[in-house]
Amino acid sequence: MLPRYFYNFSTFMSMFPHNYLIYGADVSIVGATALIIFVLTYFKKWKWLWDNWITTVDHKRIGIMYILAAFAMFFRGGTDGLLMRTQLALPNLHFLSAQHYDEIFTTHGTIMILFMAMPMLIGLINVAVPLQIGARDVAFPYLNAISFWTFFFGAMLFNISFVFGGSPDAGWTSYAPLSELQFDPGPGENYYLLGLQLAGIGTIATGVNFLVTILKMRAPGMTLMKMPQFTWATLITSIIIIFAFPVLTVALALLTIDRLAGAHFFTIAAGGMPMMWVNLFWIWGHPEVYIVILPAFGILSDVISTFSGKKIFGYTAMVVSLAAIAALSFTVWVHHFFTMGAGAAVNSFFGVSTMLIAIPTGVKIFNWLFTMYRGRIRFTTPMLWALAFIPTFVVGGMTGVMLAVAPADYQYHNSYFLVSHFHYVLIGGTVFGAFAGIYYWWPKMFGHKLNERLGRWHVGTFVLFFNMTFFPMYIVGLMGMTRRMYTYPSGLGWTALNLIETIGAFGQGASMMIMAVNIVRSIKFGERDVTGDIWDGRTLEWSTTSPAAEYNFSVLPQVTSVDEWWEEKKRGVVRPDHATFKPIHMPNNSGWPFLIGLSFFIAGFGLVFNWWLSAIVGALGIITFLFLRSFDYNTDHYIPVDEVKRVEAAAGR
Amino acid sequence: MDTSHHDGYEHTAVSTHREGFPWKDIIGLVLSLALTFTSLHIVLTHALPIGALITAIVVLAVFQLFVQLFLFMHLTEKTGTRSNIGAMAFGLFVAFTIVAGSIWIMAFNSSSS
Repeated sequence: MLPRYFYNFSTFMSMFPHNYLIYGADVSIVGATALIIFVLTYFKKWKWLWDNWITTVDHKRIGIMYILAAFAMFFRGGTDGLLMRTQLALPNLHFLSAQHYDEIFTTHGTIMILFMAMPMLIGLINVAVPLQIGARDVAFPYLNAISFWTFFFGAMLFNISFVFGGSPDAGWTSYAPLSELQFDPGPGENYYLLGLQLAGIGTIATGVNFLVTILKMRAPGMTLMKMPQFTWATLITSIIIIFAFPVLTVALALLTIDRLAGAHFFTIAAGGMPMMWVNLFWIWGHPEVYIVILPAFGILSDVISTFSGKKIFGYTAMVVSLAAIAALSFTVWVHHFFTMGAGAAVNSFFGVSTMLIAIPTGVKIFNWLFTMYRGRIRFTTPMLWALAFIPTFVVGGMTGVMLAVAPADYQYHNSYFLVSHFHYVLIGGTVFGAFAGIYYWWPKMFGHKLNERLGRWHVGTFVLFFNMTFFPMYIVGLMGMTRRMYTYPSGLGWTALNLIETIGAFGQGASMMIMAVNIVRSIKFGERDVTGDIWDGRTLEWSTTSPAAEYNFSVLPQVTSVDEWWEEKKRGVVRPDHATFKPIHMPNNSGWPFLIGLSFFIAGFGLVFNWWLSAIVGALGIITFLFLRSFDYNTDHYIPVDEVKRVEAAAGR
Repeated sequence: MDTSHHDGYEHTAVSTHREGFPWKDIIGLVLSLALTFTSLHIVLTHALPIGALITAIVVLAVFQLFVQLFLFMHLTEKTGTRSNIGAMAFGLFVAFTIVAGSIWIMAFNSSSS
């Protein structure tokens, strides 16, 4: 084993990329790590960090950690985007080499979808859904912590690729045979495969967790058709996750076996079929885009309903459209590869099925508009995000229908028209929706509001610069500029548009700085949420304190209608009598999920470099910690009545 | 607020506790491992002609499916029958779409592409 080990180590050292940008990244990573260690040590916060965050099984804290990680990834992926836009600002630039550009667009796409959009939404789901259904935690709190730590270490594994051996460079879609060992040697693709595999474990567990939580743990009286819209969106999303993610797991595993064990699932040699990777990837990949848009739809429904002062228009239709989108999402995947040549019949079928999705989506758009119609609209920051969402998403959606026309797609395919389309739906949809949720639930997470004035500046500048970046891409795409080209010649009429896009991209970066300032500033100056209901909300999460106590509700609410909290406020709120309190059963914190995640990381890192020793150590770690957990009987506790009374009294209830 | 319907302690997590030695799960584990390694073995050694090989793998896979459903997923337990049927129906829909769709797409029955 040792000679092999050293052999790999030497190739790994020689693959250390030599580039000033990467040295810069090295220095900043080492610097930031040293700073974090120094601050934690200096202020003696290690124990606090371990006790309150790393070992937590509290859905609210796990949600906050998801959102923090998503923000970090948002800035990482955003920096990738800015590097790409710098490279493309003018013709014939050599700011990045072709290889470096390939790595950057691969990490940009992968990080933004899997390590930004997913955790941002899963974070909001964690924060809000148990509170919306009047539950004390999720169904499997310990599993929830495992979900977070496998996601976190998957993201870390993917991110160290940049400074440690080279990043994946075959695109976020990682099409075979390009991503096979023969054409793409080195650890880069392995990072992609193992990082995603790890995060995927966490996502499947989250899907199972929230499906069971919503089906089994709703407050008494809350029938399915009395659930808030965001909870409905989460339920449907969980179902899609459970059915779609295993396909990704299998596809990643097969490609990993190809690369690490010399199999030929997706090579042309020995009877493999590269096109099967494309097929499997999009069987997962299309439902995946609904996994990241449906929660945003749910946030939008709740935000629009709250700030219009009205019940959501067409509640049943909203639920039916969510379900229809979920079912249809499994029947459209070929529209990502019409040009592969599966034939006219196949393309026609999948083109039509794709267009069908516009129907339930259109129903939702109209219902949001009708909810606002004759409502008493308050133009708060979350509402402004929701208002920006609707037209932007409609533009993205309609260009999607254009792309679904198979013969025309032969023209648009892999052009900047497509790039613009999916940024309009993923930023205009998912990111605007997530930001609406962040501003909306921020008081519930931290007990204070983000500044409204800075929030308005954030929305305004971001929407402006977003359109400045991506609208010209439709045009430049129709002019023939293809996706993933690292430079272009002058004289094609693309220069001005590309320069405008680059300016817009930096504008978006500056706009995000406004949000960062807002977040930091609000810690000290943000308006405190003393009532727990700072937005005059409609659903149950606003009936408890901000931030909610560990146990969420001193007494579980009794639900009689949709928008229960709104109805309760109309009847006159009666706070629970302290005499009715009972001891509350809660799960214990646990360090195993963190250690299991760390072991997965060690095993994954070993597999990336074919360091079998490290892989075996990691695998043994996983098994050991799972085994030890099985004999851990100290898993739960009761919060005594006196403690509940004390906490409630301190909150003035 | 009326809370009289709560008796005793209020529980947070869904209970996963079951009594007795988990024979079912152990038999299931052994069977699923055996089925997996059997299919791997017959492929690696080319034990059968190609047509028979594919048939054999499909048969083993369907058997594997039943092992999962009955020994691990407690399909026979009577609770929540309605949601079980819904989940099974949607599962069959997705499985059919993926398998039939993939075969159709990968056949490349095109005269003009």
